[in-house]
This record gives sequence, structure tokens and C-alpha cells, in this order.
Amino acid sequence: MTTIDTRELGNRPHWQRYMPGHHWRSAAEEFDACKFGFWLFLSTEVLLFGGIFCAYFIFRTLYPAAYHEGSSALDWRWGGLNTIVLLVSSYTMAASIYCVQTAQFSRAKVNLIITLICGLAFLFIKLTFEYTPKWSGYFFVLDPALSHHAGTIVQGKTALWGMFQFVEGYGGKRPGSLFDYPFAEAAQMPMWWSVYYCGTAIHALHVVIGMVLIARVLWRTHRGYYGPTHYTMVEVTGLYWHLVDLIWIFLFPLLYLIH
Amino acid sequence: MSDHAHHHGSYLTLKGGFWTTVKDWATTVDHKKIGMMYLFAILFMFFIGGMAAMAVRFELFEPVRTHVDAAGTMHITGQAFAPADAGTDIKPGNNIYNRLFTLHGAIMVFMVIVPSIPASLGNFLLPLMLGAKDVAFPRLNLLSWYIYVTGSLFAITAIWLGGVDTGWTFYTPYSTTTDADYWRVALMVLGAFILGFSSILTGLNFVVTVHKLRAPGMGWFDMPLFVWSVYAAGIIQVLATPVIGITLLLLTFERVFRVGIFDPALGGDPVLFQHFFWFYSHPVVYVMILPGMGIISDVLAVQCHKKIFGYRAIAFASLGIAGVSFIVWGHHMFTSMSELADMVFSSLTFLVAIPTAVKVFNWIATLYKSSIALNAPMVYVLIFLFLFSIGGLTGLPLGTLSTDLHLHDTYFVVAHFHYVMMGGTIMGLMAGLHHWWPKFFGRMYNEKWAIIGAITVFIGFNLTFFTQFFLGSRGMPRRYASYIDEFQIWHQISTIGAFVIFLGFLIHLFVFIASLAYGRKAPANPWGGLTLEWVADSPPEEHNFAHEPLVTHGPYDFENTVPPHWDPADYPIPEENRTASRH
Repeated sequence: MTTIDTRELGNRPHWQRYMPGHHWRSAAEEFDACKFGFWLFLSTEVLLFGGIFCAYFIFRTLYPAAYHEGSSALDWRWGGLNTIVLLVSSYTMAASIYCVQTAQFSRAKVNLIITLICGLAFLFIKLTFEYTPKWSGYFFVLDPALSHHAGTIVQGKTALWGMFQFVEGYGGKRPGSLFDYPFAEAAQMPMWWSVYYCGTAIHALHVVIGMVLIARVLWRTHRGYYGPTHYTMVEVTGLYWHLVDLIWIFLFPLLYLIH
Repeated sequence: MSDHAHHHGSYLTLKGGFWTTVKDWATTVDHKKIGMMYLFAILFMFFIGGMAAMAVRFELFEPVRTHVDAAGTMHITGQAFAPADAGTDIKPGNNIYNRLFTLHGAIMVFMVIVPSIPASLGNFLLPLMLGAKDVAFPRLNLLSWYIYVTGSLFAITAIWLGGVDTGWTFYTPYSTTTDADYWRVALMVLGAFILGFSSILTGLNFVVTVHKLRAPGMGWFDMPLFVWSVYAAGIIQVLATPVIGITLLLLTFERVFRVGIFDPALGGDPVLFQHFFWFYSHPVVYVMILPGMGIISDVLAVQCHKKIFGYRAIAFASLGIAGVSFIVWGHHMFTSMSELADMVFSSLTFLVAIPTAVKVFNWIATLYKSSIALNAPMVYVLIFLFLFSIGGLTGLPLGTLSTDLHLHDTYFVVAHFHYVMMGGTIMGLMAGLHHWWPKFFGRMYNEKWAIIGAITVFIGFNLTFFTQFFLGSRGMPRRYASYIDEFQIWHQISTIGAFVIFLGFLIHLFVFIASLAYGRKAPANPWGGLTLEWVADSPPEEHNFAHEPLVTHGPYDFENTVPPHWDPADYPIPEENRTASRH
């Protein structure tokens, strides 16, 4: 009869000691159920954003001119940069799952940290270069000549080590009754901004939730909770992050690249 | 009751003093306790919603009238709830009326009927019927209860701050413009949004549980039909609720930040709101009715002690209803769509009648030549069959374009959906509550008084709502406090009926309280059922079963199976009937 040295068991990392919930026959069944449940949850997320996309297509069909005008006020370079940022983060997220599965915990942590930094970068770009200027009526541009809107360059006021120049003189592009855009060339412009702000804000909220989940996974990976035989939360957090990425992949062309 | 129950203790066994017990229940992940917490929370909301309904009926006893007497002074008569300082202004009184019917509708739909059967009875019974120790995600289950309570608190706060007058449908632009201080509407809408999360999590939990936690030997077609119906409802909850989620979220943004999406004054499209709203709210009426149908299938088979007729047909009809439910939402908006869209949605609507009729005919075929135990659960099953058939059949003239033109937005619609929602779901809930009451609490109830209560509710129900078919077909519109004199007799009968229903539920309340206090100890299997919940003790022990059950027979194989833990002395049918009608 084998005896179990409880001291040795206590010294093992948490993932080796993991026991499934009392109502499961095995850890594998529990993992399958969690993954299945999470896919169901992701389907609810798709349907949630489905409402936004549906509103987008209906208003775009009704008011094509407003959408053309509205989209041209967005700078596709910022959207493109954010797309790249999220794609990189999706890669590192997937890599971190692989690293946990193969017990390369340091690499897993590095990948998770890069993922978190990408999430932060996405939010930073969104807030600094997209929301704030539109809301307040100023603008940061890489090259003022490229901008099709005229504005006054404020000398000496730059961002990111002088790469971007500060341009003043735009009306704020605010949603709804806050809408205050003197250059509106098409009626129903507010509808474009409503969909733009609601869609991107709800997406940004999902980015924040995803980052909270990733931070938790990072902390617990550090504490030895996950390993080759138990990585449910790492896996489902990864699924969530990929969905957040995927939704942006749809939002980006629909908002930035239309004519 | 088997012996081991005394060693382990039932799930109701107290763990210590008052605070220990409170903490034990507040942090429990046991599906049985969560189911019971849902049951009591839902019954509390049912009471509040019911009081609002009584107030609405009370107001309608007399029509609101303004008279000018000989001296030239104006008087208002028939206003039950006008504020004291209203003077001769009828608007403040009407405002209160609008708030009362909104309160009734919103509470009954979002806080009572949607969660009623799945979250309470479903939570308790689903794992037991599958032979599992718990639902797939027990902590998520507890979370969904807390989310339900939070959403309900939002709604109660909105009511406490003065109520909402938009109607339960929150149609724009009412919901984006009424009440200058917008917090009440926003709170109510957010409450419904939060309740949606609770619904999604419950549905998701049940779908995964059915897929992954069936006992060894239990195939898909060995599941009780209640499980099938809760499964179909769970799929709808998962797939439809997010759409109302985004709709109500956008509505809140619109209300608080004045973003234009649905409000025409801000450039939005109110019909888009209606499409979004009904894309959820039509499928969700099947979340409301499907579990009720499931209860009927199970209770009927057990109380008739006969194999259910057309098991697979009923199971597939549940899935069929779930599928069709997603393509008929347009029939709520016949007046705001194109003629072609109207015709398409009207034709699709009739499809719902097919799986529904399959179920009703199968139930009636099961009744044929069976040995019916005419106890309270069975009385409620018969009430369901009667009322739900009326409710279902009156849905057809509403789905038909030409007749709907006359009937839409009248009391005919009100009567129709009360016949299916209350006559269907609530009667199903009452049938299930009596049928599984011994399992929930380990006590029998007083059969005679329960039947008297059921008959009282039945009489009151028909007095209240059958009259409304006449009112509606004669042109009485919904949601008005006043009406022409010719309608008064119908309204008065309806109001008296509402008080009779109240009396009936009061009888049930006393029966339940008396059962908990003095009821005879319930055996493990009082009705001779074959499904796995009757293998467990009454009330079940903490982990449901002493040993993992092995399924060796179908859920309704009464012809060739002896029910577990069954004492024929408990079975309420006379011996001669029992043997004579086995086939």
C-alpha cells in the first residue's frame, strides 16, 4: 500500500494538487464543461455586439452620406495601429496558454505581461488620440498636411516625444445632444457618432474586463495555480481576449475604412 | 424515508444558530437552497406585482368621469388613486394609473414569470432529475441569484422614487422623454438589464448541466420532459437575452447622455427599438411557457400513472418552439412594417401553433384511459389544459392580419396573454409547486384545501379575463383608466374576479404555511413517480443521493417498473382503479 507523504503534497504547486468540484467525476469533465459553458457565454457576447452592428447597418443604409462624412473624420492610422496592437496581444495570449500547458511559467508570465501592455496601449491610443480630441475639439496629427481638415498648429505642443503635433480649431464631435460639430455636411451626422461612441465604448469596456481577467491569471500563474494539468481559467481568459480582438477586427473596417 | 437520511441530514437541516444559518444560506452553492431562495424571492415579487394588478382592477371598477353640475362646478368621479391636491385635474390620477400598470407588467414579466419556473423549480429539480450532485457551475448559480436580487432592488428603488409610466415595454420615445428627472426610468431599465444577466447565467448553467452531468445510463431520450423543456428554455435565454441587454444599455445611454439611437427627436429610430425589444421579448414568452409545459408533462404522467404519449414528439416540440420563437417577433409590430413583412411574419406566427398543438394533443392522449389521481397538482394540470388552450387559440386571430387590425392594442390582447402567461405558466408553477412540495420541504399539504384554493383561482381567473375578450372585441383599448358606460359591467365582473383570484392564492398561502407547520411527514415517493428525484429522500440530503444513481428504465415506464421507495398505501388512487387501468 502506497502512503502519501502529506508534507511533500503540501509543497507541490497548487495545480498539481487541484481537485475538481465535488459534483464532477473527473477534472477532464470539469474542464470540458467549463469550456463549453464559456463558448455559450461568448455566443451571448456576439449577440450583444450584434445589436450594435445591426444598428450600424440600418443607420448606414438610411443615412449613407452621414456615414461617409463621419468616417472621413476618423484617422484610419490610429485604428490600424490599434488593430496591430490587439493582434500582437492575441498572439502573446495564445503563446501564454501554450507556455502554461508546457510548464514554461516564466515565458507564460512574460507573454501575459506583454498582453496587458498591449491592452493598456490600446486604451491609451483610444483615449488620447481618438476620444479626447474629438470630444474637446483638438487633434494630434502625425503630419498636419495629411489631414483634410484645416486647423491651427499650436507650436511647441506635441505628444509622444514630438512625433505628433497639436492642431486646434476643430469642433468637438460629441454624441447626441452634446453633438456640436460645426462642419457637419450631412444631416443625421449625430447618428454616426452615436453608433461610433456606443460601439467603441462598449468594446473598450470589454478590453478593460479582459485586462482584469488577464491580470488575475498573471497573479495566479505567479502563485503556481496553473500548470499542464489544470489551466481552465488561462484557456477561457484567452478565449475571451480573442473575442475582444475579433470584435475590433470587425469594428475597425466598418468604422474607419468605409467610403 | 430511508435510514441514511438521519445520518447525513437533509439540505434543510440547520447548521447552528440564527446567524450561522443566515451565513450558511447566503453563501450556499447548493442548487436546492438556491432554488428555494429563488422561489421565495419570486413569490415576494409575485405578491408586489399582484398588489399592483389589484390596484389596477380597483381603479377600473368605475370609469373616470368629469361632470359639471348645475352650479357650474366641475367634479371628477371614479378616480381611485388621485392625489388629494389634484382638484379638478384628472391628469395626476391618470399618471398614477399609468405607473400602476407599468409596475404590474414590469415586475410580473422580468421578475416573476421569466425566472419563475426555471430558476426556482428548475434549479431544485434539474440536477436531481439528472442524477447529478449539483448544477455544472454552482458558484455561478449563487451569483445569478444575487444578480436577480440586485436587479429587483434597482426596480424597487425606481418604484419607491415614484414609479415609471412607460409600460413594461419601455417603448421609445416614452422611455426617452417622460419624467424630467430621468433617474427612475434609467434605474428601471438598468434593473431589467441586470436581471437579464441573471437569466443568461441560469440558462447557460442549465444547458451545460444537461449536456455534461447526466447520470450513467441516462441518454438524451431518458431525460424527464421537464428537463427537455428547461433545456429548450435555457437555449432561448442564452441566445435572446443579450439582445435585450444591448437594447436596454443603448436606451440607458440615450436617456442619460442623450445619445441618439432610438429617440426620433435625436435622429433615432423608434421602430428599431421595437424590433430589438421584441427580438428578445417574443422568444422570452417561450422561456416563460416552456418550463410550465415541462411541468405539465411530468406531473400529468406521474399523476395518471401512465407512460406519456409521444415522448419524442413532446421533446422535439420543445426544441421546435424554441427554434420558431426566434422568427416571429414582427407580429408585435404589424402597424409599423411593410405589408410584405407583415404577411411573412403572420405566416411564420402560425408555425408556433404546430408544436404547441402536438404537446396539447399528446397530453390529452395520455389522459385517455389512465387512472387519474384527482389531487391538487392534477387539478392544476387540468386547469392548465383548459386555460392554455383558450389562450393559445385566441392567439391565432391576433396573428391573422385582418382580425388583428381590429383587435390589436385592445383588451383582447390583454386577455390572450393572461390566458397563456397566467393560465399557462402560473398554473403550471402551481401544479409543480404542489407536486414537488413534499420533495422540497418533506411535508405533505392538505389536499382538500389545496383543491378548494385551485378551484377558487380557476373561477376567479375566468371571471377576470374571459370578460376581457368581450371588452377587447368590442373595442376597449389597453392602458386607459376610463371607458364608456357600456363597458362598466364587464369591468366590474373582471374586478370581482381579481379579488376571487386573490382569495384563492390566500387559501394556498395558508395551506402552505399549515403544511410547513403541521404537515404529515412526506415519504420519499408520495405519488409513485419513476424519475430520479423520487429516489432521493424528502427533503433530499445535502449531496442529493447516497450513491450515484444508475438509470435502468425510462422516466415514464409505469407498465413494467416498480417505482422506487414506493408504498402503495401512499398512492392516492383506490386499488381497483390502479390495477384496472394500467394499460
